[in-house]
Amino acid sequence: MQDSRTPAVSMRNITKTFGTVVANNKVNLDIYRGEILSLLGENGSGKTTLMNMLSGIYYPDEGQIYIDGKPVQIASPKDAYDYGIGMIHQHFKLVNVFTAAQNIILGIDEENGKKLPRWSRLDLESASKKIREICDAYGFDVDPNQKVYDMSVSQKQTVEIVKVLYKGADILILDEPTAVLTPQETEKLFKVLRNMRADGKTVIIITHKLHEVEEISDKVAILRKGEFIGQLITKETNAQEMTNMMVGHEVKLNIDRPEPKNVKPKLEIKNLTVKTEDGITKLDNVSFTANTGEVLGIAGISGCGQKELLEAIAGLQPIDHGEILFIEDDGSKTNLVGMDALEIDKKGVSLAFVPEDRLGMGLVANMNLADNMMLRSFRRKGSIAGFTDRKTPRELAEKVVEELEVVTPGIDTPVRRLSGGNVQKVLVGREIAMNPTVLMSAYAVRGLDINASYTIYDLINKQKERGVAVIFVGEDLDVLLELSDRILVLCGGKVSGIVDGRTADKNEVGLLMTQVGGGAIG
Amino acid sequence: MDKQKKEPLIHITKRKEISKKHEWAIRLGSILIALVVCAIITTITTHLNPISVYATMIDGSFGSERKIWALLKELSILLMVSVALAPAFKMKFWNLGGGGQVMAGVLATATCMITLDEKLSNGMLIFVSLIAALIAGALWAFIPAFCKAKWNTNETLFTLMMNYVATQIVAYYIIIWETPKGSGKIGIINPNTNAGWLPTVAGKQYLLPVLISIAVTIFMYIYLRYSKQGYELSVVGESQNTAKYVGINVGKVIIRTLILCGLICGLTGWLLVAGTDHTMTTTLEAGRGFLGVMVAWLAHFNPLGMVLSGLLMVFMSRGGGEISTAFGLNKSFGDILTGVILFFVIGSEFFINYQVHFRKSHRKEAADV
Repeated sequence: MQDSRTPAVSMRNITKTFGTVVANNKVNLDIYRGEILSLLGENGSGKTTLMNMLSGIYYPDEGQIYIDGKPVQIASPKDAYDYGIGMIHQHFKLVNVFTAAQNIILGIDEENGKKLPRWSRLDLESASKKIREICDAYGFDVDPNQKVYDMSVSQKQTVEIVKVLYKGADILILDEPTAVLTPQETEKLFKVLRNMRADGKTVIIITHKLHEVEEISDKVAILRKGEFIGQLITKETNAQEMTNMMVGHEVKLNIDRPEPKNVKPKLEIKNLTVKTEDGITKLDNVSFTANTGEVLGIAGISGCGQKELLEAIAGLQPIDHGEILFIEDDGSKTNLVGMDALEIDKKGVSLAFVPEDRLGMGLVANMNLADNMMLRSFRRKGSIAGFTDRKTPRELAEKVVEELEVVTPGIDTPVRRLSGGNVQKVLVGREIAMNPTVLMSAYAVRGLDINASYTIYDLINKQKERGVAVIFVGEDLDVLLELSDRILVLCGGKVSGIVDGRTADKNEVGLLMTQVGGGAIG
Repeated sequence: MDKQKKEPLIHITKRKEISKKHEWAIRLGSILIALVVCAIITTITTHLNPISVYATMIDGSFGSERKIWALLKELSILLMVSVALAPAFKMKFWNLGGGGQVMAGVLATATCMITLDEKLSNGMLIFVSLIAALIAGALWAFIPAFCKAKWNTNETLFTLMMNYVATQIVAYYIIIWETPKGSGKIGIINPNTNAGWLPTVAGKQYLLPVLISIAVTIFMYIYLRYSKQGYELSVVGESQNTAKYVGINVGKVIIRTLILCGLICGLTGWLLVAGTDHTMTTTLEAGRGFLGVMVAWLAHFNPLGMVLSGLLMVFMSRGGGEISTAFGLNKSFGDILTGVILFFVIGSEFFINYQVHFRKSHRKEAADV
């Protein structure tokens, strides 16, 4: 792409590694003034890492950043501000008990380029005036005197944006700003972003929602697994091309898909609705059935309710309404709603769950392999009442290490010392050892290398052949299409469609992921 | 501020693994350095021979049978408080209210001894006061635990404040029961009848508290290591999410653990009044609730390790007292030495967890971009 203008920001050959993980590999990026650029990529593709280097949170291992054509070193967020770069993070960094104005002026020690004297007066009134001016200019709606704890998520986000503008930023980076917003709030945000563009500001928006890319951005840069894939003009591309670039055509993984045998309904979800504490609907009237001897894949962009769905079934999420019916072999149904994990277990429902957060939920990072095996079994009767049986978990740990080829110094090693793939093997090994009737897994192969991934797919297929109802939440569409018998697609907490894994087309699923019902498929 | 943007002189990294041998070598090394530093301070400030000062400290703690028994009594009371705090701390419930929970037990025991001494037989009185002390201690721990479990209140602040409440209630009853009137003190309770006093075992006045503390310590060691409840509380401490994931009722575990905590503190209060001191003052607990925190931390919440860390504390305080009297030094001098030694012992934990590298070769990074 040729452009005679000087880019506002130019990133050249940027590389960043964390230990052995290459988060960004020789990434090039150009952004011009008065443009909105979407940074598109799947989870873990290095979008946020790249932007963190621009905003001074990380420092690149290699490569050079240019601002307005001049090479710069951005070693801290303060440096970034000096170059007019401001980032609005996914997780807000506001002081709850402060007002909007107090939050906005927090940390500002300069005015019009001059350092304020150390004991200068805290001038909230003129700050409020300036905030109102910014709001009027771009169409924000902020009350400088409102306390943050009284604000909605969207208001908090607005404060974050105003904060960045107040500090004089003219290059704004927004990290998945719409993830927490309703469609109406998103529309409002986009209007403001367009106003900023008209004002000559540079906006970078990190996202993985295709329709937003098409709606708001002038250009789109695509990253995949840390590699820079390409930069396109939004008008000249389409959702399919972007999806192809985002997901990539890799070596075809040949994952077995044994024919389902003895398929019977095992878990029936009816009109399940789950809301967060803030009242945001995470799952909206979700209904489906999971069958024995079948892998039900769940597809969807991050944050569209997969986590809540699995946690709701596992008894970890308060349920607004709906039913989760476990169907016994004799056909009788048990409603699991309102039960916690222990009560579900006591009902004799053997529900294995490999959660997304392996070390924060599935395992105890500081405990060794044997003690982690005990998590599921410690309540079983030991030889002395009230005491844990330590022998069986040790044997299980030995067995898992041997059978799944876990690389570890020993079973007395804390699991936090193991690599991601080995941690996952320990977790999956333990869950399978409980002889589940339902096996749920979330992002089971995230961060795993090819070999470890295959081990996990094999284990899942073995469970399926054993007659287990498998629910597999995945982020890699290719894998989902090869592994699943049926795929349930979620979009914004709603069931967007259920397709047959054998006949479904990747583009069809991709469209379902972004639009309920898939819009106009074709 | 350093103007050069070069690699810093020292570079600190977290250790991955450290052998037990290496760990103890660091600890012993730090104590040795501490002793050297203390010797220098002693020589400079008092012109005494540090060797003889150390000898006096050892003599003050272990010099005679009476001194050894006094040390053991101190150690056993401190050990019980520390052991009581262990499960709460392992659960990452920062119970700073050990002192208050002991005082609740003290008050309950004293109340029984003062008001029931003529109504009950001696054995019955001891039994009733024990039950009362256990209940009082448990209640004092239950209140903050319940609020934590129900409303997620801050347990550090809550337990801390409960200490003052307990002390003030004790102060109130001291005035009510003061003997003689106007003295503001209770004095020895039941000095003539010895009603409610614990019997001496095998002719040794302090043998009973020592035995009880040994039993409690062993119990806690087994409880934390081998029981289901001990396992549950360590899962809760490590990750509440994991606890919920496997169906552990976090609130229930918090309350149950703190009640156990309070029971042992109540028992300690009972031993203090009925077993060793036979009186009630507002300072009877003598800061052991806080000292116990330190003992427990130093031992990494391992009850058997607390015997060692507790011994260090008691030795320092008794030895420090001894040198003050023996050499006519200011009473604070012992505290200074204690402070120096603790500083090094606690500081050694840093070197166990982290490794310090000094700048050797110039590492290429940031600077050459």
